Amino acid sequence: MLKSNKLSDKVFDYTNIILLGLIALTMLFPFYYMFAVSFATYEEFVKTDLLLFPKTWVLDAYEYILGSKEFIRSLGVTIYVTVVGTLVSLLLTAMMAYALSRNILGQKIYVFMVLFTFVFGAGMIPTYMVVQGTGLMDSLWALIIPGAISSFNLIVMREFFIGLPIDLTEAAIIDGANDLQIFSKIILPLSKPALAAFGLFYAVGIWNSYFTALLYLSDPAKWTVQVVLRQLVILNKSNLLDVGMQAGMDNPPPAETVGMAAILIATIPILIVYPFLQKHFAKGVMLGSVKE
Amino acid sequence: MEEKVTGDIDLTVKPKRNIGKRMWKERYLYILLIPGLLYFIIYRYVPMAGNIIAFQDYSAFQGFLHSEWVGLKHFKTIFEDQEVIRVLWNTLYLSFLQIVFAFPVSIILAIMLNEVRSNVYKRIVQSIVYLPHFLSWVVVIGIVTILLKSNGIVNKLLESLFGMDPVPFLQDPNWFMPLVVLEVIWKESGWGTIIFLAALSGISPSLYEAAAVDGASRMQQIWHITLPALKSTIIILLILRLGSVLDVGFEQIYLMLTPFTMKVGNVLDTFVYLKGIQNSDFSFATAVGLFKSFVGLILIVGANRLAKRFGDQGVY
Repeated sequence: MLKSNKLSDKVFDYTNIILLGLIALTMLFPFYYMFAVSFATYEEFVKTDLLLFPKTWVLDAYEYILGSKEFIRSLGVTIYVTVVGTLVSLLLTAMMAYALSRNILGQKIYVFMVLFTFVFGAGMIPTYMVVQGTGLMDSLWALIIPGAISSFNLIVMREFFIGLPIDLTEAAIIDGANDLQIFSKIILPLSKPALAAFGLFYAVGIWNSYFTALLYLSDPAKWTVQVVLRQLVILNKSNLLDVGMQAGMDNPPPAETVGMAAILIATIPILIVYPFLQKHFAKGVMLGSVKE
Repeated sequence: MEEKVTGDIDLTVKPKRNIGKRMWKERYLYILLIPGLLYFIIYRYVPMAGNIIAFQDYSAFQGFLHSEWVGLKHFKTIFEDQEVIRVLWNTLYLSFLQIVFAFPVSIILAIMLNEVRSNVYKRIVQSIVYLPHFLSWVVVIGIVTILLKSNGIVNKLLESLFGMDPVPFLQDPNWFMPLVVLEVIWKESGWGTIIFLAALSGISPSLYEAAAVDGASRMQQIWHITLPALKSTIIILLILRLGSVLDVGFEQIYLMLTPFTMKVGNVLDTFVYLKGIQNSDFSFATAVGLFKSFVGLILIVGANRLAKRFGDQGVY
């Protein structure tokens, strides 16, 4: 863009930069505030109106939440479901996407079947009944199987496979490789970066999902971290945290700081993968919305 | 989404006796296809068929086959039941608020980002505003709860600065919709800029240069160059948004609902959940869900037709 030295342009530029900075701060403020308060002492939290930097930093809230068997168990459940679920979703999506990227008999019908789910959802109750009917109720598989393939990811991955150079495939066919071998030995290794991106999106989706656990799990021993967070922070039922762990603490920290510590801990995995997500998502959004 | 020419030897449109041969030749592809296909049939299409219980008085003891058929009884109830009508109204009203207040924020934010000359600054701001999109609704509403509680930071500041009594933001029905819309703006408006920024990246810099030479101010450049360049994207996204006017997000609303805000906040999705799963009124809840899916289908197909008329491709 042309550099201009007009005063009005400078005013415009600085206003714009300052406003954007303020917007960015609004996005960050809740995180910073929770971070600061989660390390504060009870006395300071109660006394200070705008607690931005605690005078004394204590780990009470973290000791408390990480000492809770229920919270640790929910983290374990969530990690397990996220890892297994991501692998299952990726494998099923890649297999189906590859089969549909080839000129297989009935290809158009199958693709239409997938696309139709974009515009017509089956509905919550019938899906619930099918999950019940297939014996997944109160099983961790209920968090993995019913949403295993995202139609959107499937279509985008199929487009990706179609875009791969076909020379390698042709060479392999001449060498007598079958389609399973081509898929596992050529296509998958070639698609590692794309698979990593799809995997990240599946993983974030599973980690964050609350609805499936709400619908399909009633056994508190199987609750995911999102369900426990809701009990703890939104419903304020901190009595759910086992009582036994408070034994060692004469003065348990306030529910507020414990809640903030819990939220931050549950968000750390997202923050860790965020830089990788960011690298890929713009591409993904564009692939999905602007078709060639 | 038409078929593409792939590396396969073309075997299409051959006499019927070749079908068996072709399937045998493609047997390994079918091995790859079948697990996914089964998934779609069992968890996407069987439930679609399961919607027939909307025409029954379903009881779990009698099952699909032996439950009493009642025709359109539940659908008639939809239009007579005061609660459903209120829930439908809440849904439409919330969608309206989101289109009017949340939708333009992404556009404005995208234009502001587009005007930033320092690429480093632009990228930092982008990284920050995209982040909330990846947080769960439980986390977002957990944060909101902590900040807005009676002893939360907002009420503390209102008290110390203005001497106000604590405002019950989370229980007051009047605050429900504004909070829902603000949460959507906080979480999704950054993410929403991506598609507008892509459209903006296609504008030739020479347009701005020529305008600057002619003495156009930056605001004039935005008004006469940037906005017209975004027009078709805005129109298409708006039309598509209208197509999903009945979808306002189950998780967010469900997590925000309290007994105090049920009346103003209950929307179609949460209604189906509360009625069907919590009250076990399967058939009626399914009828409401089916009604929603069906209207959604008509709206989205219609919206897509309309979007295509504007010279661009639709979403499918």
